[in-house]
Amino acid sequence: MHLHKYEKIWLIFGGASLAIFLLVIGFAAFWKGTHPQSHIETIDPQNVEEHEAFKPENLGLREVADGKYTVNLIASAFNYDFGTDADGKAVKRIRVPKGSTVLFQVTTKDVVHGFQVAGTNVNMMVEPGHVSRLETVMKNAGEFTVVCNEYCGVGHHQMFAVVEVYE
Amino acid sequence: MMLKNYNFSKKESRLYMSFMYVTFAALLIGGLMGLLQTFARSGQFQLPFGINYYTILTVHGVILGLVMTTFFIIGFQFALMGKTVGISDKQRKWAWLAFWTMLAGTIMAAITILVGQANVLYTFYAPLRAHPAFYFGLALVIVGSWIAVFVNFRQLYVWKKANPNQKSPLLAFMVTINMAMWFIASLGVATSVLVQFIPWSLGYAATINVLLSRTLFWYFGHPLVYFWLLPAYMAWYAILPKIIGGKLFSDSLARMAFILLLLFSIPVGFHHQLTEPGIDPTWKFIQVVLTFMVIIPSLMTAFSIFGTFEVRGRKLGHKGLFGWFRNLPWNDVRFLAPFIGMVAFIPGGAGGIVNASHQMNALVHNTIWVTGHFHLTVATTVILTYFGMAYWLVPHLTGRRLTPKLNKLGIVQTIIWTVGMTIMSTAMHIQGLLGGPRRSDFSNYMGGEQVNTWITYQVAQAVGGTILFIGIILMIYIFIQLAFFAPKGVQEFPVAEEEIDAEPTPKILENWYLWIGITIALILFAYTIPVIDIIKHSPPGSIPFDWPIGR
Repeated sequence: MHLHKYEKIWLIFGGASLAIFLLVIGFAAFWKGTHPQSHIETIDPQNVEEHEAFKPENLGLREVADGKYTVNLIASAFNYDFGTDADGKAVKRIRVPKGSTVLFQVTTKDVVHGFQVAGTNVNMMVEPGHVSRLETVMKNAGEFTVVCNEYCGVGHHQMFAVVEVYE
Repeated sequence: MMLKNYNFSKKESRLYMSFMYVTFAALLIGGLMGLLQTFARSGQFQLPFGINYYTILTVHGVILGLVMTTFFIIGFQFALMGKTVGISDKQRKWAWLAFWTMLAGTIMAAITILVGQANVLYTFYAPLRAHPAFYFGLALVIVGSWIAVFVNFRQLYVWKKANPNQKSPLLAFMVTINMAMWFIASLGVATSVLVQFIPWSLGYAATINVLLSRTLFWYFGHPLVYFWLLPAYMAWYAILPKIIGGKLFSDSLARMAFILLLLFSIPVGFHHQLTEPGIDPTWKFIQVVLTFMVIIPSLMTAFSIFGTFEVRGRKLGHKGLFGWFRNLPWNDVRFLAPFIGMVAFIPGGAGGIVNASHQMNALVHNTIWVTGHFHLTVATTVILTYFGMAYWLVPHLTGRRLTPKLNKLGIVQTIIWTVGMTIMSTAMHIQGLLGGPRRSDFSNYMGGEQVNTWITYQVAQAVGGTILFIGIILMIYIFIQLAFFAPKGVQEFPVAEEEIDAEPTPKILENWYLWIGITIALILFAYTIPVIDIIKHSPPGSIPFDWPIGR
């Protein structure tokens, strides 16, 4: 097939750029280990409490080591369940110090939800039957709104929480 | 080699026009829903009569994303086939059956949505359960489109029999590629709807495999956007050169680009599922690599389209690196509208590369950035090209003329569209980078600085949306003029020809067994193991949920 000379140059340039992009992405994925979340761990959506992480007493924020935290929560239409505080009130705000490592573990009891800590890379689909899990370092201080970013029904926009990273 | 063009009979024109009526009716309804959405989300306006935001969001997505595009594409492609290879009386009757089946499905789904029984958006993710009539309606739209697929295949086959040893007309070849892709891709969503959703929504199956349904949906969902784009490419490659008075840049290059799009548009659905649990990251990465391959035919297209422009400009005697640019017919809306569409595809495509980039996706996934992205690609690139085609196709079919006055109105319409979309889409992109979610009603999430920045951009989207709606009203006015009131006359059906001394097209480009075979092999490679994984490691299925969507 005949290709114009300039077209060849253009395609070589374009193809090479794509190859470089892919190498960068591949390097980050396979050498640095920064894949998007995928855990392939299943759970019974009608009985999520049977899983250790999602027992009522294990929900919410926990410090597991110095500067290392786990946040367990259950999404459902239209609420994020982080457990309750000492007064028995539902937790809607998580506070962690700047620079801490936080592991988020989320599942859903009903439909598909999203879990995004807006303004960060913490962004997961939460699907019935699966556990979504992502560990990250909270590098920036501030108040971050957690939003459900996958449509889950008519109360979708009322589903949120706050992650506060303090200095 | 000169190919013979067929002229349309009255009966034939009526068929193609009926698709156009549905297209523009859908544009009006869907556009109005879009306007209401941007208003509601600005927080300054409440929807009247207790209408739910998600009902209009579903109508907007289904009616513009699935109905308007599909009707335009199938009508336009029938016209292209009719022009280049002809249509027999029998084929025309089948084409009508395709039309009525699709229309019946559309009406069924639309009513179900409007009465509030299907607030599930156009992705209808399980386990949200709409009324079964919604799924039956979607199935009918797909089945109707399949009838069109096989009519088109038959048209080319009959022509080939009558013209042995001749290469098929370029436009007929392109239509066939697009329909082959559509058919192979829609098998996924059809399987999901027929085998998973319908039995489950009727209560015959207790549970549904959510991840499998999503995977089948996105197996179809990405080729779907190429199904929208390819008719625009057809127009750019094979119609625009004629409008500017030039010739085809290269017949074989155009065919090659379409073949690459067929090969690489389907095995890439995982890039819509990058942040999902339950799919192995290595397979996600493989589909990311395959996704990047689709960029190559788009680069080829960009080169050859601008090549055509330059060749034409230089023939008219313009010198210098960009002097030829001035000589393009900027005051011809049939050129201007698709041209702006092409320009919009540069940032649109670049944003797409970001979306598909494995980890980078995490910052923008399901934010309104994505909405901004497809309002650039589909709602600007594709739709402006469709509009550009309608300016000559509609009067050609109705035996009228695009008058200078209507042409001028068209240019005003194109500019309004561009301004409105620039404002709306830019605001969406920025808000998305700041974390603002897509597909959400107005909410201040109990305040906070972060949320306040989002709301500012939502107000900007309402401004853009208003300008766009003015553009829609104007487009509908122009359509009605072209269909019923413009002066009688002859409007050209522009089909570009090859240069007399063009290089011959390699025969292998028309080897359907080869290309469809490779397509299937690539799909099997990209999907077999992950799908077996999904089925083998599937969690207990999901029971249906009606109440979250207000049923």
